[in-house]
Amino acid sequence: MAIAVLNFFLLHAAPGDPAVVLAGEAGAADEQMIAQLRERFGLDQPLYVQLGKYIAGIVQLDLGYSFRQGAPVIDLIAERLPATLLLTLTAFVISLSAGIALGVAAAARVGKVSDSLLTTLALLFYATPLYWLALMAVLVFSVWLGWLPGFGYETVGAGYGGFARAWDILKHLILPALTLGLFFMAVYMRMTRASMLEVSTADFVKTAKAKGLSGAVIRRRHILRNAILPVVTLAGLQAGQLVGGAVLTETVFAWPGIGRLMFESLAARDYNTILGVFLVSAAMVILFNIVTDIVYRIVDPRIGAKV
Amino acid sequence: MWNRFRSNIGAMVGVLLLLAVILIAIFAPLLFAHSPWQMVQRPFLPPFSMDGLPLGTDTLGRDVASQLAYGARVSLLVGLVSTLVALLIGVPLGALAGFYGGYVDEGAMRFTEFFQTIPNFALAIVLVAIFEPTLASITLAIAIVSWPPVARLVRAEVMSVRKREFVDAATLAGLSKPRILVRQVLPNTVSPIIVMASLMVATAILLESSLSFLGLGDPNAMSWGYMIGAARTVIRSSWWLSFFPGIAIVITVLALNLIGEGLNDALNPHLSRKGKA
Amino acid sequence: MSTTLAIEHLTIGLPEGADRPFAVEDVTMSIEKGEILCVVGESGSGKSMTANALMGLLPPGVTVKAGRAMFEARDVIRLPEPEKQALRGASIAMIFQEPMTALNPLMRIGEQIAEVFAAHDRYTQSERREKALALIREVQLPDPEKIIRAYPFQLSGGQRQRAMIAMALALEPKLLIADEPTTALDVTTQAQILKLILDLRERRGMAVMFITHDFGVVAEIADQVIVMREGRVVERGIAADVLGNPQHEYTKRLLDAIPTGTLPQARQLSDTPALEIKGLRKVYRTGGGLFKPVREVRAVDDVSLTVARGEVLGLVGESGSGKSTLGRTAVRLVTPDGGQVLVGGTDLAALSDEELRKQRHKVQMVFQDPYASLNPRQRIMGAITDGPITRGIPRKEAEARARELLEIVGLGAEAASRFPHEFSGGQRQRIGIARALAMDPELIIADEAVSALDVSIQAQVLDLLRALREKLELSILFITHDLRVAAQLCDRIAVMQKGKLVEIGTVHEIFLEPKQDYTRQLLAAVPGAGWDRQGAA
Repeated sequence: MAIAVLNFFLLHAAPGDPAVVLAGEAGAADEQMIAQLRERFGLDQPLYVQLGKYIAGIVQLDLGYSFRQGAPVIDLIAERLPATLLLTLTAFVISLSAGIALGVAAAARVGKVSDSLLTTLALLFYATPLYWLALMAVLVFSVWLGWLPGFGYETVGAGYGGFARAWDILKHLILPALTLGLFFMAVYMRMTRASMLEVSTADFVKTAKAKGLSGAVIRRRHILRNAILPVVTLAGLQAGQLVGGAVLTETVFAWPGIGRLMFESLAARDYNTILGVFLVSAAMVILFNIVTDIVYRIVDPRIGAKV
Repeated sequence: MWNRFRSNIGAMVGVLLLLAVILIAIFAPLLFAHSPWQMVQRPFLPPFSMDGLPLGTDTLGRDVASQLAYGARVSLLVGLVSTLVALLIGVPLGALAGFYGGYVDEGAMRFTEFFQTIPNFALAIVLVAIFEPTLASITLAIAIVSWPPVARLVRAEVMSVRKREFVDAATLAGLSKPRILVRQVLPNTVSPIIVMASLMVATAILLESSLSFLGLGDPNAMSWGYMIGAARTVIRSSWWLSFFPGIAIVITVLALNLIGEGLNDALNPHLSRKGKA
Repeated sequence: MSTTLAIEHLTIGLPEGADRPFAVEDVTMSIEKGEILCVVGESGSGKSMTANALMGLLPPGVTVKAGRAMFEARDVIRLPEPEKQALRGASIAMIFQEPMTALNPLMRIGEQIAEVFAAHDRYTQSERREKALALIREVQLPDPEKIIRAYPFQLSGGQRQRAMIAMALALEPKLLIADEPTTALDVTTQAQILKLILDLRERRGMAVMFITHDFGVVAEIADQVIVMREGRVVERGIAADVLGNPQHEYTKRLLDAIPTGTLPQARQLSDTPALEIKGLRKVYRTGGGLFKPVREVRAVDDVSLTVARGEVLGLVGESGSGKSTLGRTAVRLVTPDGGQVLVGGTDLAALSDEELRKQRHKVQMVFQDPYASLNPRQRIMGAITDGPITRGIPRKEAEARARELLEIVGLGAEAASRFPHEFSGGQRQRIGIARALAMDPELIIADEAVSALDVSIQAQVLDLLRALREKLELSILFITHDLRVAAQLCDRIAVMQKGKLVEIGTVHEIFLEPKQDYTRQLLAAVPGAGWDRQGAA
């Protein structure tokens, strides 16, 4: 809700009269049109009334109208949202599972060559711009090697159905999901490794050793379970970045999601759509956070039990 | 501390790389005879095919190497200034929240959380799009999306320092609260802030390049992200136009991350020992 | 009797750059079946390293250089790792100092006990559960069915230590290594755990290697004693001999340092009060969210007491008794919910923040943790003169006084220009005392001021406080959990329990004619209590 308020003020902070801006978008900026718009959007009313109306609109899922696309913003977003959800969720699952697995592996081999190799790789991915990695991936795997499709969501006009279509989408999904996931995988891996090493100095690990447990059991049952908590917290906090990163990935791969929609609207100066996408992406982050919160509660018995 | 830093090979590599980038940025006008906007040759000249144009020319026949050098200026400037601005927002807010606790903390943290939940890249796009892309608006937008972690870090540090007994001792000495915060508590939170700042410069450079890539860069400043964005459509025929700016970003960001890690190990020896144990 | 463990000429090397080359040097000791061997020493004596070496738990970089440890005809130090692992937990078990952190916070107690059986492939799933229940019963934890499903955070410190012991006993080890297992516990809990260990030794006939810094604990349970200092054994023998007739200088010093022996002569006290506390109350409220009920803890519940000018009043209690809250309320670091704190006629509890700042100097505090009580980024001079200068004393004068005070507390004036990290724990406490004195307070509150120090250092700081008491006519509220320490320094002792004042009286009254049950319990729980009285007689 606060995001909606922020959105509203951002719209009003835009240089110039919103009505002129909106009229400009509509393509006809004569006086009459502007006056009409002003009346229609209540721009001649005091600010708080406008705010109230805007919020009321959002509650009813009315995000305004895109003149450029000639459709309500909510329809545009609804049409694109599944593709974005598919992409971000896949990338999230890949990066989190691979990141934790590699972090555990690196921590178990700390100081050895394989650890240095993994940490260096992570550092490298951590420093690589997402969109550039995406471009290079297209160049290598799509243009040069021709293994995977580099653009789009599915083969246009192929008319696949059922399983064949799913397979087609999957092939299109691999590159975007991987490039989006790699950066976050690096983040989670570094975090997991550091957290594993931190926990491995804890007293209860010494207790476990004194009980005669084997190294593998100690790592799995004692260290990992405790080390994973801060990683889950971080993953929740990073969800916002993941959604932001989707804008870039979708742009490069022409993935028909809301990120791509945002990019197109940027070029067209379609403010209503930009803000609508922004609002929806913020809502997605909240969704991600609810998920991590649930995971956290499952892993840590102390939460909820503490009364 | 300096000795610990110096013995860290990664960190020293980082320092050397960053120094090289800084020198190139400063001496760009001396190193390259023509400005990055000037057409010098036919377009799409591949790298190493002509003397004086080691990295070839772009879609408009401009010198790629010169563009890279000037791009370094923008990246470093935006990275540095936006980090400073982010610190100016985050440090006071986090310090007040951590030190005074209660409603101040509650309010400040709600505010911070709100900014942290917003997808920061999307917010940066919205901000820049609305305020017309200039170097100043880009810098400000990056600062606005990157201060929340600073506030959280400073708050956590201040809270842990505040509980230590020397703060009670200062209270008993009759020192005023603001004075205790500034003179006794904050100096003890400097090391983690420095570490975070060095990593933030790296993130800011990535953010700036991403914005420019989407075409939200300052039209009057040559930047790496812009170069990649402009070359995107011709990637099939002229891959080097996208490749070299990307490498420049990776090197700069990597250097900053290495330095940040080195600082972290040097300033928090306790943690680094764990890391190497 | 048969020998369970024989350590011969054990030498453990420290990594390069440590303050000495060996953690443990040429140490030989043996433990017979059913015997309790106490290894005594101060921090850095190498006593824990010895134990860790036996378990193969040495920290990285620390290695055994020479010697062997024979257990069941095998050298446990040079066994290959799988065999060591089979030995750990099964034949040799270990318990640790910190019950709070020694248990995995995310696993149920029952799981953690059953895990020992699993690690050594014993019993079926349901048998493991039965065994775990039996063990929980054996270490006298209440309501075993509930404990087995509990997580560590739901247990108290003493209960966690019992759970640790249950785990250690699971496979009936021949040797139990206990590394300061009672140090983190309250005296009454400590007494219970010590009794439990004695019982178990009796019932199971296992050998116990008990590591401690506390000769009181030694007097309670030891059959044999080994005294270590800087990695070497300085004295060994039967407990009664070592305690009654120590041979080595160091042992004598340690024993002398223990606050025992005759009670001090009572002094004439003045009638003018330095501090009067009347009906003081402080309630802490936790929780109180949407779904959480508010929980109230009465930290200080209607307490009244007086400290006379020139008197040292000991405030004794276990953790959670409210003694620290009382101390912090008396300096108004905590604002009370009710009652008065009168210092020289002014009620500190009623002052506004601004007035309070001007009156702060009247009561000063010496803190518990020598490492946290000085700002690491401020020179000693600044730490001492901040207060006086804020009060309006000219800088020159304040600095001269600071140097003088540093001399008085035995550090020398040149200490002023140095940073805290250059000083040891005991030296830092002296700085803390100088800082308090610099304000010319009417009362000093010492909150567990010697608890974090090794016994010999503790004795030196107590000597300093005694000397200052005579010289400067100091009034001190001395807060401690240790009755023995209180007896050494104080004129009167106040005993607190659960926020209430239980009893107050002269040291003689409290020690020789305690009126309340709780005071008697506390006295009985003091480790080495019986032996103390013998010494005193």
